[in-house]
Amino acid sequence: MTEPRLRPDQSAWLLVCTILSLAPHAGHLPLSLIGACSLLLGWRGLLAHQGRPLPHRFLLLALAASLVALVAVEFQRLFGKEPGIALLAGLLSIKLLETRDIRDARTVILLSFFMQMGLFLYQQNMGVAALALAGSVATVAALLSLEGRADTPRARTLAAARLVLQGLPLMAVLFILFPRIQGPLWGLPADAYTHRTGLSDSMAPGDVARVSESGAIAFRARFEGDPPPPAERYWRGPVLSDFDGRTWRQGRRSVAEAPAYRSQGPAYTYTLTLEPHNQRWLLALDFPATAPGLRYSSDFQLLAQAPVHARQRLDLVSHPGTPVGLDEREAVLSQALELPSGSNPRTRALGARLRAEARANSDIPALAIAHFRASGLAYTLDPLPFGRDDVDSFLFDTRQGFCEHFAAAFVVTLRAAGVPARVVTGYQGGEINAVDGSFVVRQSDAHAWAEVWLAGKGWQRIDPTAASAPRRIDGGLAGALPDMNRLPLLVRNDLPWLRTLRDNLEAIDNRWNQWVLGYNPARQQALLSALGLAQADWTTLIALMAAAGTLVAGLLAAWALRQRSPADAIDRDWARFCQRLAAIGLPRETWEGPLDYAGRIGHQRPDLGSTVVAIATDYAALRYGMASTDPLARRRLHQSIKNFRPR
Amino acid sequence: MPTHIATRLIEAASRIILGKDEAVRLALACILARGHLLLEDMPGVGKTTLAHALAHLLGLKFQRIQFTSDMLPADILGVSVFDQRDGAFRFHPGPVFSEMILADEINRATPKAQSALLEAMEERQISAEGRTYPLPAPFFVIATQNPADQIGTFPLPESQLDRFLMRISLGYPDPASERALLAGEDRREMLARQPPVLAAGELDTLLTASRRIHVGPRLLDYVQALLARSRESSDFSTGLSPRAGLALLSAARAWALLAARDHVLPEDVQAVLPAVAGHRLRPAGETPLRPDELTRRLRDAVPLP
Repeated sequence: MTEPRLRPDQSAWLLVCTILSLAPHAGHLPLSLIGACSLLLGWRGLLAHQGRPLPHRFLLLALAASLVALVAVEFQRLFGKEPGIALLAGLLSIKLLETRDIRDARTVILLSFFMQMGLFLYQQNMGVAALALAGSVATVAALLSLEGRADTPRARTLAAARLVLQGLPLMAVLFILFPRIQGPLWGLPADAYTHRTGLSDSMAPGDVARVSESGAIAFRARFEGDPPPPAERYWRGPVLSDFDGRTWRQGRRSVAEAPAYRSQGPAYTYTLTLEPHNQRWLLALDFPATAPGLRYSSDFQLLAQAPVHARQRLDLVSHPGTPVGLDEREAVLSQALELPSGSNPRTRALGARLRAEARANSDIPALAIAHFRASGLAYTLDPLPFGRDDVDSFLFDTRQGFCEHFAAAFVVTLRAAGVPARVVTGYQGGEINAVDGSFVVRQSDAHAWAEVWLAGKGWQRIDPTAASAPRRIDGGLAGALPDMNRLPLLVRNDLPWLRTLRDNLEAIDNRWNQWVLGYNPARQQALLSALGLAQADWTTLIALMAAAGTLVAGLLAAWALRQRSPADAIDRDWARFCQRLAAIGLPRETWEGPLDYAGRIGHQRPDLGSTVVAIATDYAALRYGMASTDPLARRRLHQSIKNFRPR
Repeated sequence: MPTHIATRLIEAASRIILGKDEAVRLALACILARGHLLLEDMPGVGKTTLAHALAHLLGLKFQRIQFTSDMLPADILGVSVFDQRDGAFRFHPGPVFSEMILADEINRATPKAQSALLEAMEERQISAEGRTYPLPAPFFVIATQNPADQIGTFPLPESQLDRFLMRISLGYPDPASERALLAGEDRREMLARQPPVLAAGELDTLLTASRRIHVGPRLLDYVQALLARSRESSDFSTGLSPRAGLALLSAARAWALLAARDHVLPEDVQAVLPAVAGHRLRPAGETPLRPDELTRRLRDAVPLP
């Protein structure tokens, strides 16, 4: 038996659902593959438009082979997330060119659903969810078109949307109750986490400036009570003490389950929601107290147990007044004094001079800052190119630099003067979203500053950028730079409406992150405990899920049955009336109309006549007349049938 | 209120045509639905009297055309005659130019003459010598034919039967009515004394009212179920056409109007079903069923909630 051929409207729906499933992938597929898919889909559309037959099988085989070759060339491999998705996208486009009957069409629809799911391998934000939802509606519409007759696109879309809508309660049940495991559900291929902007564990000139050009959110924080003043908003990240003359890297350190300091002084309590950056370090205000599940390095960094591949919520308490590193190890201090020999001779000379001028080690940082201020250094996102020795060039020739130049130059100067110093990178600043009150820190807030070790005081934070561009610290990057144009559009100060829009969107996005993406095993447990189901294991969850799913399906079915129309209450009443008459031996013929029936009964049982005729007349008028929506008449009929007890 | 006019009409007609209430009602409904009527019966049961009575009571101009085998279309439609004074042809309208036509024994005429009338019925205008002449409005045709009399006749083909909204037969009167008929005065004389029931314009009011009778979705469901059943069932070789469905609805509306109701009930549809569907359904199978048996089977096969 051969399957029936596809009608034109079915082919059109398949094309639409394929396009809607593939289009959102355009953001991450290689350009050549986007071109190939567009060509194939366009070809399919043209054939359908002109009513011409589909290409021959051998041609399609050749096309498929060249497509696989294209993916292999683009990705240098065929396995893994990206080549896999690319391969599927291409093969789906080709599949459409050989889709002749219903069976092929079902394959296309399955593949389309898979492509929509594939979107979430890249991103899980709300926009992606909306795109996948739109694709799902189109795919369901295509599936609907395979069953039943042709319909207008509008009616079909509405029907599909209705079906998807009816699936939402079930989705909610699965979302809430499906047993959650920490991390992703299945092992993602090794290339699953690429393309993330953010700080790195090394710093070369220009690195931080590059990060600053992104308006993406690095993390959010929600403070209990007031957030710290702008000058205190230093979010500590990687600490870099190993300098090779150009690049700064992390130094020798050890990692422990508790910090190497004792927290003291006033505290800020806050919840930090960190965007994934594929690194182990976390960001925190100085200096976080002990929290379960976190690691603390000997250079006072807060670390996660594993690289942060998914958005992470941290409940933190920071004590800014905590003294750290009072009895720092010798090895650390000596590394904090190392300078590669022969590099930056002029800065070394400056350091030696400062050392000679200073009465004590503790005066040197202030002298260096004063020198920086006096030499008229300018703060800019794109400084002039430096010569061989970056720090020398910056301090003595170009005198233009971004925060990393300031920090690097300051640390080199201090090391040359014999004061242990190191570079700290992280974020400085952040602002409050006026819509939901959350504290937002972006990549553009990326910053580098210095830490200086002084005997008796331990490690002290000093921000040399503040010397030349104090507004960077108080007003953020946008306040400190003379020219706004190179800043990410969303960070600029001069477009208030854009900021309002951004605040609103980000507030929504934050909700999504907190409630949808942040719904992890812990929150699931918390929710279940609130429902009185503490310590629910996965079997309980599955039983709950089955029960809730059945309940939802039952409710939906009941709703659908009632939905047939409220007028069916009239039918039910009439059926009851007929049953009662049948019970006394006066059944209605199946075809008999109400008035005929009542008339017949009136003949057979004159005693019932008037009641029966009255009821039948009311019923007929309600059922077939113009007053079928009159609630009063309906109630009257209901009452009189209820009271009708023939004997 | 148009319904009491309808009641008066039925009363008056029943006084003249005795014992044929059902047929009289159907014939009236047929006219109120703007349909043409085919009376199929043997001679002498009152076909002509019924037609005459209807025309008179409705206040319509009446013309009787006796169909014969030598009849030409021009005998019905009219003819153009050369007028010597004017030096031009002048159209002399035929008997068809009347508000109500009784086409008596339509099956005696040749198909050519028959189709001249049937076309006029459909178009409500006639064409002669390249010109069209509109027929009066309203325009009703009541045709009669004798089914038993088959020698030298041209029975109407099935496709032409479709032009008649209803086909009814009168049959013999019951004994009581026959007695009254025999004892009573001549029907023609009675009719002549009886003034028309309808004043000028009242027929129009009734025709409009009939079209406005409400048909609800549930009734449409029922009519569609009837149509579907007629097409699916093995009892019928051909089912009812969409035109038959429309005919059923307009006849049921007129029936509801005669019952003084503002909406159509399944009973109305069932009441007109034999007259409307009887000549449109073709029975299947070896032993052909009588038309009324055929429509009864159709009715019984479609349940009502």
